[in-house]
Amino acid sequence: MNGRRQTTMLSRVADSLYWMSRYLERAEHTARLIDVDLQLRLDQSPEAGAGRWLRLLEVSQVPAPEDGKIDAASLTHVLTLDRTNPSSILSCVAAARENLRQVREQCSTEMWEQLNRLYLQVTSTTESEAWLLHSYVFFRAVREGAHLFQGVTDSTMSHGEGWQYIQLGRFVERTDELARLIGTHFGRLPHPLDQAVESEEYLEWVGLLKSCAAFEAYCKTYTAEIRPLRVAEFLLLNPEFPHSVRFSVDRVHAALLAIGELTERKAEQPVRLAGRLCATLSFSQIEEVMASGAGGYVDSVRWQCAQAHAAIQQVYFDYAVESALVS
Amino acid sequence: MRRRPEIRIPPINNFDWTPRRAAPRVLWVQPSRTRTRGLVRRMSPPEPLTLFRPPFRNYQFDAAYDEMFASPGAPREHYKALFQTLLELPPEELRKTQQAADLSFLHQGITFTVYGNDEGTERVFPNDLLPRIIPHQEWRKIETGLTQRIAALNLFLEDIYHHGRILADGVVPRELVYSCRHFRREMRGLTVPRGIYVSICGTDLVRLPDGSFAVLEDNLRVPSGVSYMLANRKVLKKVFPTLFRDYGVSPVDHYATALLATLRALAPASSSSRHEPKVVLLTPGVFNSAYFEHTFLAQQMGVELVEGRDLLVHDNIVYMRTTAGLRRVDVIYRRVDDDFLDPLCFRQDSSLGVPGLFNAYRAGNVVLANAIGTGVADDKALYAYVPAIIRYYLGEDPILANVHTYLLNDRSQRSYVLEHLDEVVVKAVGESGGYGMLIGPHSTAAEREDFRRRIEAEPRNYIAQPTLSLSRAPCFLEGEVQARHVDLRPYILYGENVTLVPGGLTRVALRRGSLVVNSSQGGGSKDTWVLRA
Repeated sequence: MNGRRQTTMLSRVADSLYWMSRYLERAEHTARLIDVDLQLRLDQSPEAGAGRWLRLLEVSQVPAPEDGKIDAASLTHVLTLDRTNPSSILSCVAAARENLRQVREQCSTEMWEQLNRLYLQVTSTTESEAWLLHSYVFFRAVREGAHLFQGVTDSTMSHGEGWQYIQLGRFVERTDELARLIGTHFGRLPHPLDQAVESEEYLEWVGLLKSCAAFEAYCKTYTAEIRPLRVAEFLLLNPEFPHSVRFSVDRVHAALLAIGELTERKAEQPVRLAGRLCATLSFSQIEEVMASGAGGYVDSVRWQCAQAHAAIQQVYFDYAVESALVS
Repeated sequence: MRRRPEIRIPPINNFDWTPRRAAPRVLWVQPSRTRTRGLVRRMSPPEPLTLFRPPFRNYQFDAAYDEMFASPGAPREHYKALFQTLLELPPEELRKTQQAADLSFLHQGITFTVYGNDEGTERVFPNDLLPRIIPHQEWRKIETGLTQRIAALNLFLEDIYHHGRILADGVVPRELVYSCRHFRREMRGLTVPRGIYVSICGTDLVRLPDGSFAVLEDNLRVPSGVSYMLANRKVLKKVFPTLFRDYGVSPVDHYATALLATLRALAPASSSSRHEPKVVLLTPGVFNSAYFEHTFLAQQMGVELVEGRDLLVHDNIVYMRTTAGLRRVDVIYRRVDDDFLDPLCFRQDSSLGVPGLFNAYRAGNVVLANAIGTGVADDKALYAYVPAIIRYYLGEDPILANVHTYLLNDRSQRSYVLEHLDEVVVKAVGESGGYGMLIGPHSTAAEREDFRRRIEAEPRNYIAQPTLSLSRAPCFLEGEVQARHVDLRPYILYGENVTLVPGGLTRVALRRGSLVVNSSQGGGSKDTWVLRA
């Protein structure tokens, strides 16, 4: 006996934990995006920030309104409390909770209570005239709620198979979110790569870093001089920063290896796909990446990530019964 | 949120002697056998009035047995400590505690789902802070009475699904059994492990005005509520730690362990592992009203909580779909009704069940707890015959009495009931959860007319009972202590032997004057303390 016992995990349960984690990560990401955006606007003239509305909508995959009229209130509404938008913060937190509710016996009581509390807090928030002014309280609550949940999860739940699915969901989602954000940003804001950015432009780049919670960490690594090439290197290829693409992909790979070990399905498709993506990122040179355009590179990352997601679904959650009976 | 009664009655400074309903036969609470000394002197009306200090100012009595007071102002021996605590505790303190408890239930998500209600389907199950206390001696009697009852009902089920001796001997009418909606022909001749059909049972008891307990109904299919018993206990231990310790309350926390042992005792001989048969809990899913309980029990037992779509049957063996492939299942604690278990055998439109499950069950490769077809024994018309069933199989007199029941397919009983619809309670035999009920004294003429028509159309589908005066227990409502009607549902487990966890769910009719305690009908619950000695 080595203290480890083989446990079983229902496919449906794994699926719910995975999606719960994805939705919560998405809510946290959206909360940070809007919060950073609203803060940034305080320092900018209205014209300067106008381009960012569209980028924000594009990143959040929400279609822009047909009449082209966007303002802070309507945009914030769509992305936070709009129940009809499936990727609004409210919808994401509700979906995360609903998923966890279906597998409550799998998580610790503390986890459930934490997520339930976040849900009650978000649903009891009402929009009012003054809401926008004090919205930072709301966004901070969502971010903190998600962070707290992650901490509670790490310290109260067994780091077994279920925990690995939570990790997996979180970092698959993060990889995709980051890649989309970086792609949109570099696509829309052409700037000489290896020159320091200044004035109005400067705020946009700081905004990108802050949207990835990366501003302080970037400054520590490269000083406060912002150069697009360095920003790209940091957000794409840094192996140590938790909101970089490479870090996220490493975690996806690690979680899949652990799951492969636990379920005795080591050589399956998901591990190989994640491993390949991992290798690509760790051997990439930022100059080469940028020479051929950041857009193409992040699209390829996103595509491989989607493939890994599909493989996870197929191998662990939704396999054909006939093939399982044979083995 | 907690539902408050809609009608607010202005506080009366003096003790209110007028009964809430007209023409009571007994104005005074009947002195009980456990009468305390000095009681007779206090029985004279004027003095007790002054005895009631603030939290009890509006505490009312009627013909019902009062759990706390032997007579107004004189608490029963086992309630004295609680009474004293309540007098000393500032009501504000209690109110805060109640709020904290409500919030803790909300945060834990201890909710149930209300059917046919659009405004948010999840609702917190109201919990009342004041414990209901049952002395050791009374519990001993309940325990032996219920053990006797579950033994007899299991023998009855085995008999009617095999030789039907009791039917041949004319003790129970054959047509009553065969016309029951829950009788399953498919179970004829099928032998279940240990001959146990009902291994998990929740029996509803009520206390009559004379202080004795009687059985109101048996729940032999999928009884629920046990998680609230455990959740209430957890809260009360936090609220009254000292009182709890001083009272010497029997623990209930081992329920989940006992349940798991019971389920394992039923495992088939061919099971995947002799020592650790694979047990799962089958739930209809997240929309079921008792979903919280399903997750809670699965977690406490450490077994898999499965839905129908997680299971599949191949070669008469049940598997569950896991991330590591298919795994065999040996025992299913199912919280899905018979009708929905297997679309190939029962209702074809069921998507909650598992196709082929019944065949695997017949083949003896999987065990269901409770067995299929147990509902015939908790049919409300058959209930009237349970005392006879106990005598027939065990040769003993029933320890716990039944409530008098009128069978409406009997012509003379029916005509009596139809003439007295405003006095009796009419229940549909196959329903549970307080649905399909007429409470005569609280009904309108139109409702009575509706039931009269229904009874005349299908007399076999209804029974009637005299309106019972359920006993009343103190509850903390609207910032003070008030009396509300309660019942008691202890949980009985039957595996290798019969186990009763000392306690149960005390359900409370929170609406003033209401007699319906079901959670779906505005009921709440409170912790039940069974004393160790």
